[in-house]
Amino acid sequence: MTHHQPKGTTPVLQLTGVTKEYTGSPPLRILHGIDLTVDHGELLAVVGPSGSGKSTLLALLGSLDRPTTGRLCFEGHDLAALTDPQLAALRAHRIGFVFQQFFLLPGLTTVENVATGLLYSGAPATLRRTAAVEALHEVGLGHRLHHHPDQLSGGEMQRVAIARALVGNPALLLADEPTGALDSASGATVVDLLRTLNAKGTTIVVITHDRDLAASFPRRIGIHDGRIDFDERTPHPAGAPR
Amino acid sequence: MTPAPRRTRLRPTDLLRLGMIGPRTRRMRSALSALGISLGIAAVIAVTGISSSNQAHLLERLDRLGSNLITVAPGNGADQKPAPLPPTAEKMLADIAPVQQVTATGATKAQVYRNDLVPTQQTGSLTVLAARPNLLDVLHATVRSGRWLDTASENLPVTVLGDRAAQRLGVTAPGERVWLGGQWFVVSGILAPNELAPELGTAALVGWPEATAHLGADGTAATVYLRSHPERVPDVQAVAAATANPAGPSTVAVSRPSDLYTARSEAKNALTGLVLALAAVALLVGGVGIANTMVVSVMERRGEIGLRRALGARGGQIAAQFLLEAVLMGLTGGIGGLALGALTVYGYALAQGWPATIPLATTAAAPLVSVLVAAAAGIYPALRAAKASPTDALRSA
Ligand SMILES: Nc1ncnc2c1ncn2[C@@H]1O[C@H](COP(=O)(O)OP(=O)(O)OP(=O)(O)O)[C@@H](O)[C@H]1O
Ligand SMILES: [Mg+2]
Repeated sequence: MTHHQPKGTTPVLQLTGVTKEYTGSPPLRILHGIDLTVDHGELLAVVGPSGSGKSTLLALLGSLDRPTTGRLCFEGHDLAALTDPQLAALRAHRIGFVFQQFFLLPGLTTVENVATGLLYSGAPATLRRTAAVEALHEVGLGHRLHHHPDQLSGGEMQRVAIARALVGNPALLLADEPTGALDSASGATVVDLLRTLNAKGTTIVVITHDRDLAASFPRRIGIHDGRIDFDERTPHPAGAPR
Repeated sequence: MTPAPRRTRLRPTDLLRLGMIGPRTRRMRSALSALGISLGIAAVIAVTGISSSNQAHLLERLDRLGSNLITVAPGNGADQKPAPLPPTAEKMLADIAPVQQVTATGATKAQVYRNDLVPTQQTGSLTVLAARPNLLDVLHATVRSGRWLDTASENLPVTVLGDRAAQRLGVTAPGERVWLGGQWFVVSGILAPNELAPELGTAALVGWPEATAHLGADGTAATVYLRSHPERVPDVQAVAAATANPAGPSTVAVSRPSDLYTARSEAKNALTGLVLALAAVALLVGGVGIANTMVVSVMERRGEIGLRRALGARGGQIAAQFLLEAVLMGLTGGIGGLALGALTVYGYALAQGWPATIPLATTAAAPLVSVLVAAAAGIYPALRAAKASPTDALRSA
């Protein structure tokens, strides 16, 4: 898989008129009619002020939540037609998440944490373990296999989280402020990792508050008050300086 | 278009490992929660084990004493006064086919005192009985010290005292004297306690010829003791009254001391119910403890729950993880309780000189009950964990 997709293939994500409301009185409408298409191999930054609905959108993209109205297709499947267990299976096999707070499990070693990324896909334990070791080498943590999260730096923890997200070879990687809790050097390492991953074909959507980081991405989407404010592309993203 | 991925299930070993995460990372808290269950189970095991060890001990003793002993004694006549057995009773009873051995004690008019200075009313509720030479033999009774009556001493002022009789008369060793029927008798032996004939404990036994010659015994039996063929005991019981006194079978009391003995020992276990109720309360408290721990655990681990949902866990798999965690805590508690209870039973039985036994049913039920209690306690927190929306769980973590 390359990031040059031939025309006419199914987009990874296709949103038409997607809204999200939170029940309450009055109901709180967070997203208003989002139309968005994300193709295979894209590297996309989502920017916008705090509370504008970025995380809410990301949860919808990752099938963690369902739109209130509108249509959301993942690799051509209308998610509204899938049951909750089917959505869970979709997440297990096709989608990876990275969060600002890492969410590493304190009782498990780094290998075990990364292997958890394959747990719900039904892979046997030995395979999960080998894949986890490989993924940790990929993120440059081959020497930290048996450490516990509390023995790692923030940057290392986020790299473990990325290894956990990529261990299942997802088609789509969603990252919610992955560098938000890191210093600039660690943040840069994490972003480099994402770029490498993208270069291998994974579609990546990253929420970020970092303007420079967003500017270095081939495509940027601005969210403001639950609407798409702008959707711009940089003509030649590959090799662009950050 | 990629086909929708099919759903997969967690392997049992993976699920087990998931269930271990909580107890492994929160050892103290899990141990304390399990302790509640442990105490309840330990109490049940201890109570049932001690009572069954006691039972086993009694049965063992009964085996030694023989459960084929039957006693025939005068009952109340029509006038509500004791009707003495006919002089022929002993002989007639001996002729019942399955009866293997017969012996008897006979009533006397004598009383026994510590010495000649004690006022005659103060009998200390002791009786003086004439004894057949084979009495101890038939009862499987033994002398604690000294000697039983022999052909020489049964014609002499010689007595053998029951253990309580000796105590009340202040006799500590054979060779001392007691004031019996208005003369000094030499104590030749003291009996060891015998559960099947407790009435001998408070008796002073003298030879049958001596009793008829000097102590006013009329030669009839006060109690006839029979040893029956072990499998024919009910048959012998059925005909004993009519055989002993053909003229008035209803005035004869026939009983099997081993029955009385077991009935008596079972009555002592009435306390068991109370302890079991307490154990149930302990189990309930243990269950509430586990439920509480699980609720706290689910609240603390919202981030983990949200993450697992993001990694593809279904709600049911989240519920299974937490339910299993509760069950493992219960199982640990149950097994710990089993060990604690068993230790108590063995210690107690050892101290009492009983054979230690714990009913198999209790042993099997203990882990089962604790698992059930824990599962019941874990259901609500587990369902709560499963129902939490993934986005809420991730945001509030
Ligand atoms: N479960 C909920 N119920 C009610 N309101 C919610 C819920 N979840 C989110 N919101 C609201 O939706 C709005 C958008 O939240 P969201 O987390 O998507 O913002 P965001 O763009 O990610 O902000 P930030 O940059 O601070 O992370 C916020 O005002 C938030 O309070
Ligand atoms: Mg956010």
